[in-house]
Amino acid sequence: MSATEFPKPVPKATPELLPFLDAARAGRLAVQRCGACGTLRFPPRELCSRCWSREVEWTDVSGRGEVFAFYVMHQVYHPGFVADVPYPVVVVKLDEGPTMVSNVVDCPREKLRIGLPVEVVFEEREGVALPKFRPRAP
Amino acid sequence: MERRAAQAAITGLGITEQGKVYGPSAVGFAVDAIRLALDDAGLEAKDLDGLLVNPGLSWGQAAQMGSFAVQQAMGLRDLRLSAAMNLGGATAGAMVMQAVLAIEAGLANHVACVFSDAPLKPPKPRDGSGGGSGSSGAYAFAGGLEAAYGAFGVNGLYALLASRHMHRFGTTHDHLGAIAVAERAWAQHNPRAQFHGKTLTLAEYHASRWVAEPFHLLDCCLVSNGGLAVIVSRGDRARSLAKPPVWVRGMGQGHPGGDPLETLASGAPLAARDAFAMAGATLADVDFCELYDCYTFTVLVTLEDYGFCAKGEGGPFVADGRIGPGGALPVNTGGGQLSSFYMWGMTPIGEAVIQVRGEGGGRQVAKHDLGLVSGNGGVLSTHTTLLLGREPR
Ligand SMILES: [Zn+2]
Repeated sequence: MSATEFPKPVPKATPELLPFLDAARAGRLAVQRCGACGTLRFPPRELCSRCWSREVEWTDVSGRGEVFAFYVMHQVYHPGFVADVPYPVVVVKLDEGPTMVSNVVDCPREKLRIGLPVEVVFEEREGVALPKFRPRAP
Repeated sequence: MERRAAQAAITGLGITEQGKVYGPSAVGFAVDAIRLALDDAGLEAKDLDGLLVNPGLSWGQAAQMGSFAVQQAMGLRDLRLSAAMNLGGATAGAMVMQAVLAIEAGLANHVACVFSDAPLKPPKPRDGSGGGSGSSGAYAFAGGLEAAYGAFGVNGLYALLASRHMHRFGTTHDHLGAIAVAERAWAQHNPRAQFHGKTLTLAEYHASRWVAEPFHLLDCCLVSNGGLAVIVSRGDRARSLAKPPVWVRGMGQGHPGGDPLETLASGAPLAARDAFAMAGATLADVDFCELYDCYTFTVLVTLEDYGFCAKGEGGPFVADGRIGPGGALPVNTGGGQLSSFYMWGMTPIGEAVIQVRGEGGGRQVAKHDLGLVSGNGGVLSTHTTLLLGREPR
């Protein structure tokens, strides 16, 4: 069976994730900001873990950061990734503070390292713009 | 109140056949393990007045009231303590702790604590169906946004931690491999171990396939069908049973919260503080360790967090065979969950009971007055410490 019969998962446009996906479609990377204390957070959550406020807004961030941790996935948990293994899964620490699970693209394995400066790019997948990261000049 | 008399001890141990064992359901394995533990203690089902159950991932709907499911399956009457508990791999220690608290409060006399799981299915005829292998699907935690990035499973979550530990402290694959090799060497003396009879060299560790680099396959624990139960009993009743009591000298929990990627630390320091204070003991009193080992890396971090070495020095600490057979600090003497069988935190508790009793056969450690047992759940999220010994506190 070819990989095309198994599309990769697409993030559901849940109420929590919709502002993130809308921003990405417009070419912007957005995270939540607590409406009470201003703490940035991602992934989206109901409450601020610092002040417990439910007041929340979305704010654009620079899309720049660095690789904070990573692994190279060799296992196939989902048939949509059969043709991709091995592929890197990274935690990017954004310049503004929050961390984000993503993939690094346009980066050979030997160049991938913790501390690698990266910037956001958007990958089209079934109408969703999925934020990923590529190496950038420091 | 005479607190000494009310102390609690582990009096029974039941371990079913482990690994690729098919037939019983997850609930069935729990029942089998409790029956074995009762036999071991010389107790009968009617003696039980407490039941604590940690349902594994394959329990499905039965997990919701898991202890009632087991009670009904065994026909147990008039329990005074019953709960299904889940702190991931820290549950086993938490169950024993809960049992001790109830017993010392006078609210129970004999409490069964059990974990069971049946995630492995019998091999199917080759018909080309299914993607992936084994039971990995049952252990896929990630969904939603993370799934879009192909970030599935717990292997990757711990691999992220390991990547940062390697980056910050210079930990190497040789260090992680030393843990896999040491545990495999212990397993050669444990007839119950799934890897009994299958030795491992460091070169073979390096040659094992990547699952989530920096983790090789042999950095990861086994997947096992089976059940494991212990009976925790009131001290004054423990002394007259079939086996020498294994006293709960100290116990504690630690659940640090926050982001372990930032700290690279478990809840062990917090849990250990209570446990060692209760036992009136220090690290120097510990004769052997049974440390929760979902991955090689977990053992390394746990040794650091208990203070056997400084933070970041876990790699060099394990590199010279120190934790293997004949080493200065015996760790995971039955082969651990990497090389014996994976019953969440019950694997280390079971082996500690065997060692304290002196029933370890070819793997018995020379001095076995006090064993340190850790439990760890989530992604270094939950932690329990038990100090088990030959004498009461
Ligand atoms: Zn806030």
